[in-house]
Parts: sequence; C-alpha cells; structure tokens
Amino acid sequence: MSSTFETIANIIAETCDIPRDSITPDSHAINDLGIDSLDFLDIAFAIDKAFGIKLPLEQWTQEVNDGKATTDQYFVLKNLSARIDELVAAKGA
Amino acid sequence: MRIEYFQLIDRIVDLNLADRKISSEALVPAVSTIFEGHFPGYPLMPGVLLIEAMAQTAGWLVVAINRFERMPFLAAVKEAKLRTFIKPGQLLSIDAHLDHDGSGYAIVETKIRAERKLICDATLTLCVLDFPNAKMEQQMRDLAASIGLKVEAPADG
Repeated sequence: MSSTFETIANIIAETCDIPRDSITPDSHAINDLGIDSLDFLDIAFAIDKAFGIKLPLEQWTQEVNDGKATTDQYFVLKNLSARIDELVAAKGA
Repeated sequence: MRIEYFQLIDRIVDLNLADRKISSEALVPAVSTIFEGHFPGYPLMPGVLLIEAMAQTAGWLVVAINRFERMPFLAAVKEAKLRTFIKPGQLLSIDAHLDHDGSGYAIVETKIRAERKLICDATLTLCVLDFPNAKMEQQMRDLAASIGLKVEAPADG
C-alpha cells in the first residue's frame, strides 16, 4: 500500500491509541475505527503538518450533508489517502 | 477583568496578523465572590479561569484573522501547565500564537506571564464555525471594540 496510507495509519494509531494492526486501507475512520469528530481534528492537524496541506474538512462535511458525497469517499482510509495524494499534487502543480 | 461575566480580557496590547500573534492584558480583581470559595482564607485565581483567559485571547486572535466572519469555540486543551499561583490584584500578560489554521479548526499556543514570570501555558484547539446568529456576532464586535481589538473589513466587502 502507498506510503500515504502508512503515514495516516500511523498517525491514527498514535493519536487515537488504536492498534496499528487493526487499521487497514478498507477501514472507515468513523464507522470501523470509532474516531469521533474531535479526535479527527487531531488527525487532520497531524496530516496537515505531515503533508503540508489543508484537508478541506468543511467542504467534505458539506458535501456529505448535501448528499453530494458519501462518508466512504473521504473517510475510508484508501480513499482518504487518494484525496491526500491529490492535494499534495495540486500543491506542487 | 469582569470575572463574573466571563470577560477575562481587559485590553488587546498587540495584534500582529502577519506573524499570527496577539498579546492581551488582564487584571485579576482584588475582590470577587469567586475568591470566597477559592479558597477561604487563601484566595487564588482558579486554574480553569487562567485557561479561559488563554482561550479568550486565542479566540480574539482567530476572530481577527477571520475578520469577524467566523467564531471560535474552545474544543480541546492540551499540555496545560499551571506553574504558579495567581492572587487577586495581579496583572496577567497573555500571548497567543496561531500554530495552524485548519479547515474549521485552529491550533493556538498560549502563555500567561505575570511580572515576566511564566505562569501557565497550553496548546488549545478551537473549532471555527459560522456565527450562530447576528446578535452574537454584534455582541462580539462590541466587546472587541471595548477591549481595543481593531480589525479592518475584508477587502471584498
């Protein structure tokens, strides 16, 4: 799996005290790992710092609330990794 | 400091938006009913109110950076250390620095000094949301003006 996934899995394990072995690319941060919104702020902060980006959490939340996206698109870790890779690429473009 | 009204900041001493820093002052009142219980015969400024003073200073910084378009709410207090007692009548100097401006949240490093001595420090997480209503927004603007927080209107509006 990508180094992006490895990085965010390690961040989640450390931030939320979740065994690293239980975190997989198909894990849903909320539904499977039980991460709440406040803990996810800590994760977002660590991800922002690690990748030099700003995760658009508010935009994603709005899209989910408006029915334009599902939480799977942003909070299943392989999908989150892909979104992060896109943001990193956009930053360097 | 109007401690009973939870208005802990007396004035903004300095605001530097480029460096994302703010400094404020707050004079702990000589007399307050709070000191009758905290503690009888040995009045001390409660540590939770020192943290609140740091949170309010951090909040004004975030309000200023967002130019009154959004409202910060305290969400988490980390690495808080209360190093020394504060007694009635002491002047607090409070500094805050925005470490990270995230999407819907902010991370702020804060410190309080008294007579140049470090009193307490903490890393605060603030959720940054739309103002719940116009009344609150106006009251925040009025309060900001009363403590000397001056923020220019956004260029586009």
